[in-house]
Amino acid sequence: MTRDRSPLGLVGADAEAAFEITFDGRTLSALPGQSVAAALWAAGVLAWRTTRVGGRPRGAFCAIGQCYDCLATINGRPNRRACLVPARPGDAITTQEGDGHAGLTV
Amino acid sequence: MPDSPSEEGHATSYDLAVIGAGAAGLAGAVAADRLGLRVALLDSSGEVGGQFYRHPAPALGAVRPEALHHDWKAFAGLRRGLADSGVLHLAGHHVWTVAQDGELWAAHAVTGADGDGERPVCVRARTVLFATGASERHLPFPGWTLPGVVGAGGAQAMLKSGLALPGRRIVVAGSGPLLPAVAVSLAAAGARVPAVVEASGYLGYARSPAALAANPRKLAEAAAYGTALLRHRIPLRTRSAVTEVHGRDRVEGVTVCRVDRDWRPLPHTADRIACDALAVGHGLVPQIELATGIGCATRRTRDGAHALVLDAFQETSVRGLWAAGETGGVGGAPLARVEGELAGIAVAARVRGREALVRGSHARALRRRRDRMRAFATAMARAHAPGPGWTAWLDDATDVCRCEEVTAGTVREAVRDYGARDARSVKLLTRAGMGWCQGRICGAAVACLASPTGQEGGGQPALPPSPERRPLAVPVTLAALAALPPPNDRSHPSGHTPQKGPS
Repeated sequence: MTRDRSPLGLVGADAEAAFEITFDGRTLSALPGQSVAAALWAAGVLAWRTTRVGGRPRGAFCAIGQCYDCLATINGRPNRRACLVPARPGDAITTQEGDGHAGLTV
Repeated sequence: MPDSPSEEGHATSYDLAVIGAGAAGLAGAVAADRLGLRVALLDSSGEVGGQFYRHPAPALGAVRPEALHHDWKAFAGLRRGLADSGVLHLAGHHVWTVAQDGELWAAHAVTGADGDGERPVCVRARTVLFATGASERHLPFPGWTLPGVVGAGGAQAMLKSGLALPGRRIVVAGSGPLLPAVAVSLAAAGARVPAVVEASGYLGYARSPAALAANPRKLAEAAAYGTALLRHRIPLRTRSAVTEVHGRDRVEGVTVCRVDRDWRPLPHTADRIACDALAVGHGLVPQIELATGIGCATRRTRDGAHALVLDAFQETSVRGLWAAGETGGVGGAPLARVEGELAGIAVAARVRGREALVRGSHARALRRRRDRMRAFATAMARAHAPGPGWTAWLDDATDVCRCEEVTAGTVREAVRDYGARDARSVKLLTRAGMGWCQGRICGAAVACLASPTGQEGGGQPALPPSPERRPLAVPVTLAALAALPPPNDRSHPSGHTPQKGPS
């Protein structure tokens, strides 16, 4: 039955110990070798950015670093492509609002 | 295989710089190395393999990475060849431009997982092989910006490398040979795939009987995917398209319509399918901005994309610059391997002055295989060429440009009321294509909407016959630019010069 299948089971993944990251303060589990976007998908999170004009939610779309829809604020630094950046233990990922530079507006 | 300039293999300059470590780049680098050239291989990813042979990072401990691939054996061979070679593999190097530098070519790269590293790098070489692969063609439709709508290739990439799925019930849609492969992978990894929705019909291939007959492996592959779809009980709907996605903050379902030969939705055929994700893509397009940036000539493919013009030995229109794989027209990994090897041999023949290399029986055999597979690639492009009628499923409120949030209505207004006749004019009037991705995602769609015939490629070439120009192929910080030596400064003659950015 397909219900018993999983990506990890399919490739026989015997990953090193999982670690914790946070998304908007919520603790999630990530595996070493996963990108930030993959860790978020695995936790059921599909959106981690709101658009500049409409404030609409966005997440990974092309997943190969071309579309920039997956921009996230990682450890306080905005505009990181979550599909490319590897997840690291203790990473704090926060939803990026607009261009991520609201703190610079005067 | 050295992987940093401090290790053995560091040279003042290289005979060949290969850009891209997918099937074509690996084959080219290894072939040139075996013929005695000093080769540097630059790749943006941390792992070799490109998009097709994407695989989990070692830390994920996958004992069966081949479960997500066919033809893994070929990749294992290429990877072994690289490991046994003297090729300098530079992972995490995002090349942003290739420029002429006296007698040499200079490949400028930013480093790090997302190019955000502090250390810009310049690699100088006598020749360059562009093996930069392809990216997915996307066409917009109402709801395509909702979280849960992802590229078909993107879903595949995230599964292959990150072992993650975007949902549990995933519709796969668009057009092209990638779709059945993606659906089977997703199902094998535990997702339910309620439908594969293909806008073309497979009968399109029948218009190229000679190409089919010459490529029996491709037919066997197609049959294998057909069997696998049946095994996973995945229905295939041809001549159909997802014309709308439903949901508030994420995907809850899609509307599928039958379409005519031109991909125009047929009335009263709408059918709703419940799902929590949609993996969608309308074929692949060559990624050639580095090559076009330095003046390499392009041609239109049968599906309206731009590909590099190449001679019988894979050289571009600019002497000293070669290309292989998808850059010359999308044709798949086996073709990319053959072309990469042929290019590697041709570069060695030029650099070492051994013209006999390209006249030998091996090079001749490679050329024959290349020509046979190229014929199939042409048939494939023709069979899945986007029909001009797709714009009929676009309502005026749909964002066409995802970055700048420019709607179809705004683009149509620029065309109708302000006289825009091409993507560039639309961009100047509306900002469509001016955002982060620089039109990579919306470019094809905007060009269609702006074209007087409403048709991108296919039939009459209504557009100016040139691809979009992107002088910087990836984002580059001002600090990285400031760290460059002046163009006439010859005080950095070394081939691989890490340049410290200002702190």
